[in-house]
Amino acid sequence: MMLDEWVLTVAVFAPLAGAGVIAALPKGREAAVKMSALVASGVALVAGVIALARFDFGSTGEMQLGIDKGWIDSIGARYHMGVDGIALPLLLLTVLLTFLCVLYSQRIMPKPHKPKGFFALILLLETGMAGTFTALDLVLFFVFWELVLVPMYFLIAVWGSERKEYSAIKFFLYTLFGSVFMLLGFLAMYFRSVDPATGKHTFDMLVLQHQAFGSPAFEHMIFLGLFLGFAIKVPMWPFHTWLPDAHGDAPTVGSVLLAGILLKMGTYGFIRIALPMLPERAVEWAPYIGALAVISILYGALNCLAQKDIKRLIAFSSVGHMGFVMLGIATLTDVGINAAVFGMVAHGIITGMLFFLAGSVYERYHTRVIDDIGPGMLLKLPRMGAILAFSAIASLGLPGLAGFWGEVLALLAAFNPARGLSSPLFRAYAVLGGVGTILTAGYFLWLLQRLNLGQVRERWANDPHIDDVRPVEVAAWSPLLVGILALGVYPRAVLEMTGGAVSKLAGFFS
Amino acid sequence: MPAIDYHAVAPELILSGALIAVLCVDLFLPEKRKAWNSTLTALGVLGALGALFTLVGERRTTFGGMFVLDSFSLLFKFLFLAVAVVVVLMSADYLNDSLRSSQGEFYFLLLSSFLGAMLMASARDLLMLFVALEMVSVPAFLLAGFRKTDPRSTEAALKFFLIGVLSSAVMLFGMSLIYGVAQSTNLAEIGAALKARGDDPLVTASIMLILAGFGFKVSAVPFHFWAPDTYEGAPVPVAAFLSVASKAAGFAGLLQVAFLAFGGQTTAWGPGLAILSVATMTIGNVVALTQTNIVRLLAYSSIAHAGYMLMPLGVVAGQGAAIQRQAFAASLTYILVYSFMNLGAFAVVVAVGRKRPWNLISDYEGLSEREPGLALAMLFFLLSLAGIPPLAGFWAKFLVFGAAIDSGTAWLAAVMVLNSVVGLYYYLSVGAKMYLRPAEDPSPIGVPVPLVVAIAVALIVVVAVGVFPDFFNHFAPGATLIAL
Repeated sequence: MMLDEWVLTVAVFAPLAGAGVIAALPKGREAAVKMSALVASGVALVAGVIALARFDFGSTGEMQLGIDKGWIDSIGARYHMGVDGIALPLLLLTVLLTFLCVLYSQRIMPKPHKPKGFFALILLLETGMAGTFTALDLVLFFVFWELVLVPMYFLIAVWGSERKEYSAIKFFLYTLFGSVFMLLGFLAMYFRSVDPATGKHTFDMLVLQHQAFGSPAFEHMIFLGLFLGFAIKVPMWPFHTWLPDAHGDAPTVGSVLLAGILLKMGTYGFIRIALPMLPERAVEWAPYIGALAVISILYGALNCLAQKDIKRLIAFSSVGHMGFVMLGIATLTDVGINAAVFGMVAHGIITGMLFFLAGSVYERYHTRVIDDIGPGMLLKLPRMGAILAFSAIASLGLPGLAGFWGEVLALLAAFNPARGLSSPLFRAYAVLGGVGTILTAGYFLWLLQRLNLGQVRERWANDPHIDDVRPVEVAAWSPLLVGILALGVYPRAVLEMTGGAVSKLAGFFS
Repeated sequence: MPAIDYHAVAPELILSGALIAVLCVDLFLPEKRKAWNSTLTALGVLGALGALFTLVGERRTTFGGMFVLDSFSLLFKFLFLAVAVVVVLMSADYLNDSLRSSQGEFYFLLLSSFLGAMLMASARDLLMLFVALEMVSVPAFLLAGFRKTDPRSTEAALKFFLIGVLSSAVMLFGMSLIYGVAQSTNLAEIGAALKARGDDPLVTASIMLILAGFGFKVSAVPFHFWAPDTYEGAPVPVAAFLSVASKAAGFAGLLQVAFLAFGGQTTAWGPGLAILSVATMTIGNVVALTQTNIVRLLAYSSIAHAGYMLMPLGVVAGQGAAIQRQAFAASLTYILVYSFMNLGAFAVVVAVGRKRPWNLISDYEGLSEREPGLALAMLFFLLSLAGIPPLAGFWAKFLVFGAAIDSGTAWLAAVMVLNSVVGLYYYLSVGAKMYLRPAEDPSPIGVPVPLVVAIAVALIVVVAVGVFPDFFNHFAPGATLIAL
């Protein structure tokens, strides 16, 4: 059916078309720029919803809504896209979160204003992100993967704060460094592959899942290349140092998209590429990845305890949360990878929400230092304070809210890792991860105590510019808040999707 | 005396006619009509381009096998003529501003140099190759010193001349040794003779000498010292010409010599070129980091890119035909892609230089406010040079990476990765100047139409090839030149 074949293309390229329209608009047409951005990201959102409606939940392990056309015949790279139960939730997260960011920016925009560039870059970013989660050809994947760098660089460098240029270039260089090694890994796989259908080398991600690439040593080299690319993007300790800077200095929606979606590209890469294409090497790497994941959890949490800046605190909390996702992946089990995908979606919604809040708080207080804003935000801004409390508690993993399932399932999986992995080792990881959850609860509760509770600081008490939640914020946030609650109460909404696809992947390891 | 195939050399003949015509007509042009020279030159180039189209798909040999027209030389000739069009467009306005009265000589020299490049693409004989190389270089020496009143320009010409002549002598010496060994100047015959002879230190030495000569042309380390000074001192369109056409001509010659004459000696020159390429890209990129002048920055960047182009030649040592063909195609594609993105960047430099003739990087501050289109074009060229997809420069790097990986020389690829990251830093720092700094003088620069056309041509190629990289696949030059 025509619709099924092209719906993903629309979801990926409608934003790009919107960016083109915005670039062509004459200067000063701010309303038209904003409307175009809303329409373009809205079209992408609708396409995402149609994709969900057309998705066959009976066979989530299969690639659906596929499109496969010739592109670069000389190297056999194809325009090949599709989604399965792992990619679809991430695609939906992308189109939803970007739409909400565009919606939020209709009213609240960072300085310097420049709406034309701002919206065009967000839309360009969306094309890159959505494309990464739908591409089924390594070359196409790489192009989309790199496509996010330039817009994010400019979003941070132009609309950021403090050391914005330093942070932006650090983000760009770090990611590029990893991703070019990843490209070398892709090429190495390509030249050792044979497509049974054509007898030639192939970049097809599905075909590459059933290939051998030579000696274990050579495969380890490939895995190393992939690992560098993905681990820097996630980011895992010790590759995380770009993240607090980038997050801290990015504009609000930049942080939302960076934390909400860009980081998931790294974990998605592990799940979609590294694990199924090099399963035997993955088993050998898993203990080390698990160790780094646990370090990330603890290191992130300890750093959070030391942060004075609310945005940097949320940024470090992302390091910890992504550590749980990576721990789930490192177990190589059905449960663990389900936990990882769920954790990715939950973290995207919750941390996206937290960054929105941090941005809105900064909008009003013009400071991000926790001890300057608080105490007493709950009295000054009762609704905003309540939403912050809700999101923070969701983030620390309270049962009944979205953050819970990813963490608890990841820890559960670590108690029974896949065949070939050392159970005692992973149980130790689980225990350490458990310590991490306690620390996480600790710093979030402490954050709430410092920000929300107590009497209002005198300098803010009568400031008329500090107003409570505005209509546009209600509009942009309510889907996220509903999502946090809904996924917490009914996690099967995601697990139903991921189940089949994950068991297919876990099949490589059992 | 064999008959000359006039059709095969028609583009060169038209170009020769045009350059003589320019020289003569200039004598009778009054001062205010000097701009006609550029029109005449452009017509000559377009005429040659038209003649070239009639030769598509042909394979002809003339001048006793010295001059061969095949898909390889066609591809390079199309490149050279396209570059010539863009360089003439860039020069038109530049000359009208500053060097009005000597336009005739300028275009005469420029066309002579392009004629040499055209011959280079067809030269399958050491003699022809050498004559072509000198034909590219000698007018370029004069062009580099064309801003006669500026001592920097004089310095540029002198440096270029001295090092150029030295390297020609070295290369000629190598050629004479090869002639002594192989008893022929024909590349294919040399190839056969050397294959029969096997390992010979004399052959290795003469190969090294010849490659050193080419190393100068393509500005590879350690023969690169002239490039930054010469580019900076020369008129900017000439710098663009040197960094693109002259370099590409050097590579055209290098590829022919390496694969036709020395195809059997890959183990003699392969490792050497690998080291040369690593040194070239690393030194080019690292030194580029500290530049404050945009032309010098582009000069060092062009040195770094010469390293990327040499890299595929560094991986062929002892490899089979498939890898050789792949490396050849990678190097060739890189040259083609590089030419357009670098030309585009230089065209923007010419445009900005209209208001700020010192070409400092700080002149680019706030360019996005002054000339949004120009800034965006420059950003595209810079990102393409940095190898960011989906722009043409990425695919060039992609093929080079591919050749390195497939031949099992992953360490070379890893070095190139690190270099790419360094490269991105300085390209992006120019981008940051354009977009993140306020403009000192917010008035628009005003870009004349010929420059707009020049930039648009380069931009279209960079973006179109970026999105549909298979474009270059329609030419299959590798198969014809290296019938391995």
